[in-house]
Amino acid sequence: MMKIPCPHCGVRDENEFQCGGTAHLARPALDASDREWGEYLYFRDNPKGSHRERWRHAYGCGRWFNVVRDTLTHEISAVYPITETPAR
Amino acid sequence: MSERYSALALARHALTGAPWRRAWRRADPRPHYDVVIVGGGGHGLATAYYLAKNHRVTRVAVLERAVIGSGNVGRNTTLVRSNYLLDGNTQFFEHSLRLWEGLSHELNFNVMLSQRGQVVLAHGPAQLDVLARKGNIMRLNGIDAELLDRGEVQRLLPYLDFSAQSRFPIHGGLLQRRAGTVRHDAVAWGYARAASALGVDIIENCEVTGFLRDGDRVTGVETTRGRIGADRTAISVAGHTSQVAALAGLRVPVESHLLQAFVTEPIKPFVDHVISFGAELFYISQSDKGGLVFGGHIDGFNNYTQRGQFPKVQTVAECAVALIPSISRLRLLRHWAGIQDMTPDGSPFIGRTPLRDLYLNGGWCYQGFKATPATGWCFAHTLAHGTEHPLIGHFSLERFLDGNGHDEYGHGNWTYRQ
Repeated sequence: MMKIPCPHCGVRDENEFQCGGTAHLARPALDASDREWGEYLYFRDNPKGSHRERWRHAYGCGRWFNVVRDTLTHEISAVYPITETPAR
Repeated sequence: MSERYSALALARHALTGAPWRRAWRRADPRPHYDVVIVGGGGHGLATAYYLAKNHRVTRVAVLERAVIGSGNVGRNTTLVRSNYLLDGNTQFFEHSLRLWEGLSHELNFNVMLSQRGQVVLAHGPAQLDVLARKGNIMRLNGIDAELLDRGEVQRLLPYLDFSAQSRFPIHGGLLQRRAGTVRHDAVAWGYARAASALGVDIIENCEVTGFLRDGDRVTGVETTRGRIGADRTAISVAGHTSQVAALAGLRVPVESHLLQAFVTEPIKPFVDHVISFGAELFYISQSDKGGLVFGGHIDGFNNYTQRGQFPKVQTVAECAVALIPSISRLRLLRHWAGIQDMTPDGSPFIGRTPLRDLYLNGGWCYQGFKATPATGWCFAHTLAHGTEHPLIGHFSLERFLDGNGHDEYGHGNWTYRQ
């Protein structure tokens, strides 16, 4: 069982949360080509290691936030607001 | 050459006490092959076998990072079936089931196919309508399917919850009698032995660390056991497709997720069929040893741990008891997890890549095991001819870029998140 630190409610069990997938995917401009749209919608880096992703405290405050989690160890190394986009 | 397995051979070994020979040769890498297959799982080994058998391409190497069969071919719930709805899937999985039906004889290795029948349950009239449509599509394609009403399901599976208190009342089901289970380890070993006998080199403990390039052409692989050249290179490493593809500079439409499976303590014969719950993703069968084998949904976030999380254990156990209340006191003996490629539309990709002479097979989501023979068959054809086999045309990687998603479940983008 992972313990996830919700920035609003504190540390809670994993099953109160829902993962929203990879964070910071940049939506291309409306005149993007099919290829650009396809890559935005479907293609992912899928790292084995540190992964920036969105989580929602679905059975708590209901708010979204960003997490940096290691996909091999589940270690959470950072939690930051949904509006922030840190430099890589 | 390996010896032929038969009742006579068994008697001879029993009487003389002579040891059995190794089932496949221990091969060392040669400098160059016609085809190098990265990944010694079920799909890679099956591809090697059909390359040698159907296309007479025998200078083939299968490179496996650990030992063959240590990945997803041994981490599933061993189910085989062909009850698919979408055109393309229906025919592909039926081809697979037909190959399963002859596989023990084909390989001279008992894969213990048990066609015990699978029942998919409907818990409401709308769901039963969908099953009726699916059954009709199957029958139009020459596949067996029988629609059952509530009474027929009750006669067949009297131990399900038919009480008035049932959380998900059973309205009916769809039965495919030819569906069933296979002994999954035997699939890896059987294909390996048969491929090796035809001249394929199976090279274990050989991890691919890079691809050799000549412009946009891939000419072989760098491995922990040296450089190996190849006319054609194939990637078949589901679970780690993103990592291996990235070595060639490719990005793929995959997230790696973890799927758990469970087995209870053994009990007397009880569940004679494979049963799929209709209210959640849950499926159950009974092993020859007596344990109830079942599985559910993925854990729900990118994951490479091969180690399950407790919340899903709880959900799956709840499904089991909602479906069959009488097993509530059974203890779970063990559970295990595999890492699977999840694609946006729930379907795999097999075929060519943007790089010349590099071929890719992955993205199998929940359905890699049952697809093993047909994937081997079609991927071998693709590697031998340089063009996709007609049965896998709709599984191209390009479909994600031109809007031709192949969405069996009809849920839209990233199916499993809906």
